[in-house]
Amino acid sequence: MYFGESIATAFGTLRSNRLRSFLTVLSVAIGVFSIIAVMTSLGALQYSIEGGLSALGANTFQVQKYDNQHGGGPGWQAHARNRKDITYEQGLAVVERTRGVKHIGLEVWKFGVEVRWRSKKTDPNVSIAGETPDGLPTNQWEIDQGRGLTQSDLDLTRKVVVLGSDLAQALFPPSYNPVGEMVSLGGVHYKVIGTVAPQGGLFGNQDRYFIIPITTFFERYGKNRSIHIMVQAESRENFDAVQDEVIGVLRAVRDVPPGEDNDFAIFSNESLIRQFNETTYYVKIGTMAIAAVALLAAGIGIMNIMLVSVTERTREIGIRKAVGATRHSIVSQFLFESVVISLLGGLIGIMLGLAAGNVLAMVLEIGPVVDVGWIAVGIVACCFVGVAFGTYPAWKASNLDPIDALRYE
Amino acid sequence: MPIIHIKDVVKNYDMGAELVHALSGVSLDIEANEYVAIMGPSGSGKSTLMNVVGCLDTPTSGLYDFEGQNVGDLNDNELAEIRNRKIGFVFQTFNLLPRSTALHNVELPLIYAGVPSHLRREKAEKALREVGLGDRMTHKPNELSGGQRQRVAVARALVNDPSIILADEPTGNLDSKTGIEIMQLFSDLHGEGNTIILVTHEEDIAAHAHRIIRLFDGKIASDEKVEKPLIYEH
Ligand SMILES: Nc1ncnc2c1ncn2[C@@H]1O[C@H](COP(=O)(O)OP(=O)(O)OP(=O)(O)O)[C@@H](O)[C@H]1O
Ligand SMILES: [Mg+2]
Repeated sequence: MYFGESIATAFGTLRSNRLRSFLTVLSVAIGVFSIIAVMTSLGALQYSIEGGLSALGANTFQVQKYDNQHGGGPGWQAHARNRKDITYEQGLAVVERTRGVKHIGLEVWKFGVEVRWRSKKTDPNVSIAGETPDGLPTNQWEIDQGRGLTQSDLDLTRKVVVLGSDLAQALFPPSYNPVGEMVSLGGVHYKVIGTVAPQGGLFGNQDRYFIIPITTFFERYGKNRSIHIMVQAESRENFDAVQDEVIGVLRAVRDVPPGEDNDFAIFSNESLIRQFNETTYYVKIGTMAIAAVALLAAGIGIMNIMLVSVTERTREIGIRKAVGATRHSIVSQFLFESVVISLLGGLIGIMLGLAAGNVLAMVLEIGPVVDVGWIAVGIVACCFVGVAFGTYPAWKASNLDPIDALRYE
Repeated sequence: MPIIHIKDVVKNYDMGAELVHALSGVSLDIEANEYVAIMGPSGSGKSTLMNVVGCLDTPTSGLYDFEGQNVGDLNDNELAEIRNRKIGFVFQTFNLLPRSTALHNVELPLIYAGVPSHLRREKAEKALREVGLGDRMTHKPNELSGGQRQRVAVARALVNDPSIILADEPTGNLDSKTGIEIMQLFSDLHGEGNTIILVTHEEDIAAHAHRIIRLFDGKIASDEKVEKPLIYEH
């Protein structure tokens, strides 16, 4: 009923006490900013990781020797010594014996090499991927120009290469077709047979791949290393069955006694996201704790300026009561004011937090991240702080005796 | 039934060391559409009595019935409603909201009466024009002269069509010409059926009233009908 009046007086008071209001608004803004900035950044990271994971593709999982999230620690070292490499032969056994799959790719990686074409040289940030033909679709590498790897490339250990799009761009002039060109890596010449369509992803340098037949990789760099097995199930429905089957085959060929844990690790998009969420869980809890403390401090600040405001405006309250304001209308006027202060702080915090969080999104080259859920949490928290810490001053104002209030100097 | 029935009202202020007797046993009946002036020396309890009658202050002891209802029995909301709808109070010290315009000050009682905003504005503008401030609506109190503030306070008292107007020295800050204008306004309101109680020091102002009550030391010293009240000719 007194809504318009409450808005007008709230903003009138804010305007006539600019610095004081600004400082209080700021204290709320900081609390909300910390939540929104961290949550938006984490959201950006998560999107980016999911985007990067889309390289793993739908219904796809990957088998590796190690659980790469939990490196380090004394327990891990004992673990590491005990684990045998996943050999190429074991991979081939999985390929042979698993049914219901669309693709099974086997791959090995080597990071940080340089590639040359004529006088051009890349930075040493290219990754070599030794792949089987199925490795390309499981990595969601689509051929742009030329062709992918074939079984005969593997059988004949041909020195052929499929270039990742960023790598092709780095070496060749724009709109130049590199297929058929010879590039060199570590003194060995490879013939370019194809390029991969651009993908983008985490930090934008995802596509600097030098994709060669896995057998060629072994010939050049040795076979004494653990491979990754990439399995794409035919469908969502048989994903679990395929995963169980691969586990069974691997346990058999690696002689894992029944009852013992797998001596290899399995990842899928879901498991990676789960791991990400597990690690960020504590970050989120920590942020919420900090934000809660910040908002508590801000709430005390609000209570403080509202108490000052009630004292300063004692005569005003007396006048309002003398012309017919009820307790209820005085309470709502002052509550409204404290909620306006905290909501204003909240909105500023949300905007700054979104801006800060989206700086990371820009770095990660993903679209803007706006987490409506956390924004809602921020707004609700502000309303709560405004009401919780505004209630006592508002109650105090409404409880003033009109004649005492009018006489107040 | 009198609109105001006061019986043995006492108002003491406990100042710790001493007890100040602002009102010591006042009894008084005022009928609807009376025009009463309250006079008396400074400190005799005039403002205190007005505050009690205006339902702003509660007496230490004694009975006060407003329109047949014991004010002591009313809760906060009921008191607020009486102050809002039944009583128009012009304070000795104006009591305007310092940061608000004249118009907003006059609108205030209508806001708490729940009058919709367009109607509110209309009524407030009309009340301000009646007190001759049609050209000062957007001025704030500190941009108005003392007499103009007084008139804003009068406009605020009239705006919600109260049945009784309480004015504590409404002409105290006015030159005689504007004072006469305000008194004319009160006479008109009285003519329209309002009950008017005003406090004044000036005999010629009190001469407009139909009844003069004189206070002395918190007691009623005299209560007389005026034989021939001064009437304004229009
Ligand atoms: N809040 C208070 N605390 C203590 N004493 C008070 C208070 N209010 C009024 N008084 C005392 O009560 C007495 C009556 O005061 P009141 O304001 O009613 O006088 P008044 O007749 O209106 O005087 P004036 O003509 O100067 O306005 C005075 O002696 C005053 O000192
Ligand atoms: Mg007085």
